[in-house]
Amino acid sequence: MGMTITEKIIAAHSDKKVVEAGELVTVKVDLAIANDITAPIAIKQLEKYGIDKVHDPNKIALVMDHFFPPKDILSAQQIKISRDFAKKMGIKNYFEGQDSGVMHTVLPEKGFIVPGDLVIGADSHTCTYGGLGAFATGVGSTDIAYIWATGETWLKVPETMKFVFYGKKQKWVGGKDFVLSVIGKIGVDGALYKAMEYHGEAIRDLDVDDRLTIANMAIEAGGKNAIIEADEKTLEWVRKRTNREGVVYKADPDAKYCCEYEFDASKLEPVVACPHLPSNVKPVSEVAGTHIDQVFIGSCTNGRISDLRIAAAILKGKKVHPEVRCIVIPASDQVYKQAMHEGLLEILADAGCLISTSTCGPCLGGHMGILAEGEVCLSTSNRNFVGRMGHPGSFVYLAGPAVAAASAILGRIAHPDEVAKYEDVETLITL
Amino acid sequence: MAIKGRVWKFKDDVDTDAIIPARYLVTTDPKELAKHVMEDADPTFPSKVKEGDIIVAGKNFGCGSSREHAPLAIKGAGISAVIAESFARIFFRNAINLGLLIIESPQAAKEINEGDEVEIDVDKGIIRNITTGKEYTFRPLPESLQNIMKAGGLMEYAKEKLKNAG
Repeated sequence: MGMTITEKIIAAHSDKKVVEAGELVTVKVDLAIANDITAPIAIKQLEKYGIDKVHDPNKIALVMDHFFPPKDILSAQQIKISRDFAKKMGIKNYFEGQDSGVMHTVLPEKGFIVPGDLVIGADSHTCTYGGLGAFATGVGSTDIAYIWATGETWLKVPETMKFVFYGKKQKWVGGKDFVLSVIGKIGVDGALYKAMEYHGEAIRDLDVDDRLTIANMAIEAGGKNAIIEADEKTLEWVRKRTNREGVVYKADPDAKYCCEYEFDASKLEPVVACPHLPSNVKPVSEVAGTHIDQVFIGSCTNGRISDLRIAAAILKGKKVHPEVRCIVIPASDQVYKQAMHEGLLEILADAGCLISTSTCGPCLGGHMGILAEGEVCLSTSNRNFVGRMGHPGSFVYLAGPAVAAASAILGRIAHPDEVAKYEDVETLITL
Repeated sequence: MAIKGRVWKFKDDVDTDAIIPARYLVTTDPKELAKHVMEDADPTFPSKVKEGDIIVAGKNFGCGSSREHAPLAIKGAGISAVIAESFARIFFRNAINLGLLIIESPQAAKEINEGDEVEIDVDKGIIRNITTGKEYTFRPLPESLQNIMKAGGLMEYAKEKLKNAG
């Protein structure tokens, strides 16, 4: 019987030729990663059990991003624990402070992930790397400690759901609108324990950044991983960053899927996920007019260069509404520098955006843009749970960078058409 | 192994930001985390929960982030078990790895009410609602996961494995 892409990658990392959904298998892990919040617990676990060396320091990466730069003494302590551990264990891939940023933006752009890899991360958005045709999923700290010690972990082979996007997407529609449309359809537990495999011409048409955005939010549907078959676009992107080739796995024609969903990409429109669940998705036209106090453009979901190009294209020559704080955080130092070279930072600063050094910060209500009781934020990040970005009585709407930039200008949730003509800004967006 | 406790009831999709908000993730101490457990779902919860109490919730308990601080905070508060219609997968793994008893039982999760007294027989796979007299059975964990639990959690298992490998 045929296998899905996820099954093939899991099989290739196990001692089996064929695996099927539901099976528990032990797999070798290519890369096991953690951040400043999750690494300290894993380190404590290793210390508690007297495990004083790691299986392979080259298969570990640590990125300090959640409370970075340290927001207070306690978070500085957590980062120091991680740094000391990296030094002690000879982990070269420790990133903090320069040439770093948000983990799920930094690691792909540095070429740490290639198609066919099996990556496990103590961070739920590890699933991002599925956008490059890798199997990647999030776990907790103790699971990561085990992998650091042994080089392997157990996985239940997930059932695979198939999502096909046919047709051509409309202007202003991006990866975020694709994935929010999926989550709106299947719900926050619609893909519980399952792999989400994406197909169709509209997916092939998307660039790598948009594919990473789609894979990033698999967890918001409860999914174990998302996977997009690597193609020439993926390989070209990866070759610029690493000499590692990777393996391109394709689903067999007779692969078994537990269900299939079809979407007509030409019918997708910019959407917004309303408080307090990522599945509470509505077309932007339905919520246009909702008052906002803050806009956040950034995060592992939409903080890459293509997102900043869209935001800058819309904000060019305009002003952020006087009652809105519009926080822009490039998701890596590379993105920051690229945005500087392209003149995007100047455009955004002139428009009145507050531009910060790379951090997860406001996405998780950590720092750099916390909400007061009753405040409303339109954010390009991934979660809008109660209290996610601040006070339990605050409100978060999720959208892509085009809606975020338009809303920042008008001080209310807005469709990009209200502030810009796509044809006028297209060249800046598709640079 | 038998467990007995009073039930606190929660809805569907209790996320890890509700179990332990990110603003408290600057520590890994279970007792410290327990001071804020479930705070954004019910601000009074940390002050009223007692050692041995049981959480009963709807679908997708523990969805959201991978923070192990969530099961740590629940354990730190003395909660003896979580019964839910279903669990989010990362939370499920974390709970097993840390030895927090979690039970998937849709019917029990639906029918048990807040304040009920509930007894759980882990070996026989039975949940008994002492208040209403109703009984529910649940499926034990797969053998390989039971082995992790029997070893005393994942890290004990790792230690054994590394020792055997020489």
